[in-house]
Amino acid sequence: MNAAPRVAAAARAPQDEPAGRAGSILDLVGNTPLLDVTAMAPELSPRVRLFAKLEGCNPGGSVKDRAALWMVRHGLASGALRPGKTIIDSTSGNTGIALAMIGAALGYPVTLVMPENVSRERKRIIAAFGARVVYSSGLEGSDGAILRCRALLEEAPDRYFKPDQYFNPLNPQAHIESTGPEIWTATAGQVTHFVAGIGTGGTVMGTGRALKARNARVQVIAAEPDDALHGLEGLKHMATSIVPGIYHEAELDGKVAVPTDAAYDLVYALGARLGLIVGQSSGAALYAARKVARDLDAGTVVMIFPDFGNRYLSTNLWAGWDEWRQRHPSA
Amino acid sequence: MPVKVRIPTPLRRFTGGSEEVGADGATVGAVVEDLERQFAGIKERLCDEEGRVRRFVNLYLNGDDIRFLSHLDSATKDGDELSIVPAIAGG
Repeated sequence: MNAAPRVAAAARAPQDEPAGRAGSILDLVGNTPLLDVTAMAPELSPRVRLFAKLEGCNPGGSVKDRAALWMVRHGLASGALRPGKTIIDSTSGNTGIALAMIGAALGYPVTLVMPENVSRERKRIIAAFGARVVYSSGLEGSDGAILRCRALLEEAPDRYFKPDQYFNPLNPQAHIESTGPEIWTATAGQVTHFVAGIGTGGTVMGTGRALKARNARVQVIAAEPDDALHGLEGLKHMATSIVPGIYHEAELDGKVAVPTDAAYDLVYALGARLGLIVGQSSGAALYAARKVARDLDAGTVVMIFPDFGNRYLSTNLWAGWDEWRQRHPSA
Repeated sequence: MPVKVRIPTPLRRFTGGSEEVGADGATVGAVVEDLERQFAGIKERLCDEEGRVRRFVNLYLNGDDIRFLSHLDSATKDGDELSIVPAIAGG
């Protein structure tokens, strides 16, 4: 079913189209809005503002569109990805959705290795893009998917192009070139703190570098689960995980440990108070950003909301909503 | 023959690295108590302060989510398999 790959679509500059029109779905990656979420933290100094970058506005529905697009474009430019090859990677979901979307748009087949317990919505979205999925054990988490993917590659190394989001420098590069400059522009250079969760580390590393290059005093803080067994899909507890090659903890100014239950409660509160339904990693980012902001007299804190919540509606995230609602009847 | 409990990677530091351990009990709750007796600290990871299974932990008894059985009161017998499945981690 795959015709000749549509390489030109990846290479063409978006500005070839009139404003407000796009020639390819890939031209719609990035340029996501910043939303003022200061109302979620009434305890803060009146001179502190909180902003969330709504990465769910990307066409594939998450921040992962950026890294995936940069890695695939680089693969095409270097010749590592060429007709006859299949894009393969291990992913717990959002990167898989991004790669499946990009593969569909460019005419390349995609194979994804993921734990069998990813949400039903994700499986359905990936299937809709025509990608093939190989499931690894849910007991082994994303590390199990990484190892299974390595094994598939060893069987037929010439068949595949592996973007390798955990080790590919184009992952943070995407954020150096897009997310960071977008935040700088949207805050008119006023950003003082940047907060993002750690999954591969690409977002926090790349965006942090871009912001520090413009103002070395910007503080870069990572949010991570408070325990190895957690419910913050998309985030990694670094002390007990395979540490991604692109993750360099020494570049961070701090880390905040996030309890799963607190992050879930913030997801519920965002829906009820702001009309914004996000995924659990956004709740984790807000938890960390509030913690950072409480110590400030003045500042502009920008956090990443990696995706919207519609792809988690069937997951345990919502198991506690009724109870939360009873505890917060006026929310 | 006790209940076979499959341990996910993040909890294997409690079981000395074992992927599968045996535990006794006539209900899932009793099996969890026996796990705690053998591997102190593991119950706190699985259950909240009120003793309920944490939202982000899935317990599957012979492949069925105990939320659709009788939660911690689900009956177990020798030879059953209880899987502890965590949320996904990593991008």
